[in-house]
Amino acid sequence: MWNSLKTMWIVFLHMFHRRATIQYPDEKPNIPPRWRGRIILSRDPDGEERCVACYLCAAACPVDCIALQATEDEHERRYPEFFRINFSRCIFCGYCEEACPTDAIQLTPDFEMGEYNRKNLVYEKEDLLIDGTGKYPGYNFYRVAGVTIGGKNKGEAENEASPVDPHSLLP
Amino acid sequence: MDLAMNSGFSHEWAAIWVNLILILAVLFAFSAMLSWIERRLLGLWQDRCGPNRVGPFGVLQIVADSIKLLTKEDWIPPFADRAVFVLAPAIVAVTTLLAFAVVPIAPGLGVVDLNIGLLFFLAMSSLGVYSIVLGGWASNNKYSLLGGFRAAAQMLSYEVFMGLALMGVVMLAGSFNLRDIVAAQENLWFCIPQILGLATFAVAGIAEARRLPFDLPESENELVAGFHTEYSSMKFGLFFIGEYVGITLISAMIVTLFFGGWLGPLLPPLVWFLLKTLIVIVCFVLLRAALPRPRYDQLMTYGWKVMLPVTLVNLLITGAVVLSAA
Repeated sequence: MWNSLKTMWIVFLHMFHRRATIQYPDEKPNIPPRWRGRIILSRDPDGEERCVACYLCAAACPVDCIALQATEDEHERRYPEFFRINFSRCIFCGYCEEACPTDAIQLTPDFEMGEYNRKNLVYEKEDLLIDGTGKYPGYNFYRVAGVTIGGKNKGEAENEASPVDPHSLLP
Repeated sequence: MDLAMNSGFSHEWAAIWVNLILILAVLFAFSAMLSWIERRLLGLWQDRCGPNRVGPFGVLQIVADSIKLLTKEDWIPPFADRAVFVLAPAIVAVTTLLAFAVVPIAPGLGVVDLNIGLLFFLAMSSLGVYSIVLGGWASNNKYSLLGGFRAAAQMLSYEVFMGLALMGVVMLAGSFNLRDIVAAQENLWFCIPQILGLATFAVAGIAEARRLPFDLPESENELVAGFHTEYSSMKFGLFFIGEYVGITLISAMIVTLFFGGWLGPLLPPLVWFLLKTLIVIVCFVLLRAALPRPRYDQLMTYGWKVMLPVTLVNLLITGAVVLSAA
């Protein structure tokens, strides 16, 4: 009996505590930068698409919501012909971001993606692609990778030694 | 008045009808608002805000809820006993509203002035259990049936000392008429000489209204929703209204029997009555916010082994005091 009364008194005193509620649409919550929200495709510092269409994100995706088609430009640089994410399937697990070898696909702290029409949740490449570099400002895959593209031969990447010329070893 | 005379109604009858419709309208509006008051209060005591979106401070929440209830599918399960299933929710609404008829709200305000008002109230609150039991039975669902069983046992046990707890008040006032009982508290409210009666009646009242912590017939986390598991739309709405009118009724009865009804200084009687009732309701909500639901056997033990002896002791003491004074 005494315990019950004490409980009631303590609960009553909670009237004067601060509210834990965040009045969401009026008051925005503080979302940490590593939040896994809307997926974007970033560009490298030169303004080119980072995505090399390796399909690793599509392979890693547990719900198969990523679809893309690889192609090459005139400099033999790979890029996705189309890149489609069905956000009505996406579970925001972040596996695509972990799988991405070029830091192209990234998850952002934006979660306000409500739509009245389900079809509008299918995002095409122009919806996904942003102008900036996202979370990794300095990174440029083709500048550090040893792969040849037009205007950059083997050995010309950053921190890359020139390839050994086997003919020079001949007696 | 001419119209009333021509159509065969006397002036008094017209007054009674106005009185009745007014009380009914206010009671319904108040019971509807009660769901908002309760949710806001629970929010307040749980460091939340509660519903505050619809209208100023969320007062129109009940309008939104009503629209939702009315537009839901009115579903009767194919395995249910149709006639009883439809009848059950009506009973609880009717009995609680009928019981409210005897509540003396203020001098000259109230539906009927019965000389056995208190007995009528007890009878109506006993009939209310049929609604729960029949609803649980007609649903033909094991959870509903368990809820109905619990309701029957709980109400039966708690009704015993609910009536006995009030006999002390009847002894002191010397009448079953609720207006006489209020008038008898002119000098001293019965909450002081009948403190034990008040405690036991409040507990029994909460159990009768099936409110937390005594909502075992409903207990969401063991019985889904107990007796109203299969109910939807406005049939559920009637149970809902019945519950909130029940809370208002029990609070009004506690105020009438123990806190001097409309009596009080300065303010008009009606304001005093509403204010006291509201305070008792707030206490009920606080009980809900603070206390966990007891186990079923604990509930029974508590009723028979603690509350019943306490009411009997109270009855003995009151009887002795009344006899020695006479």
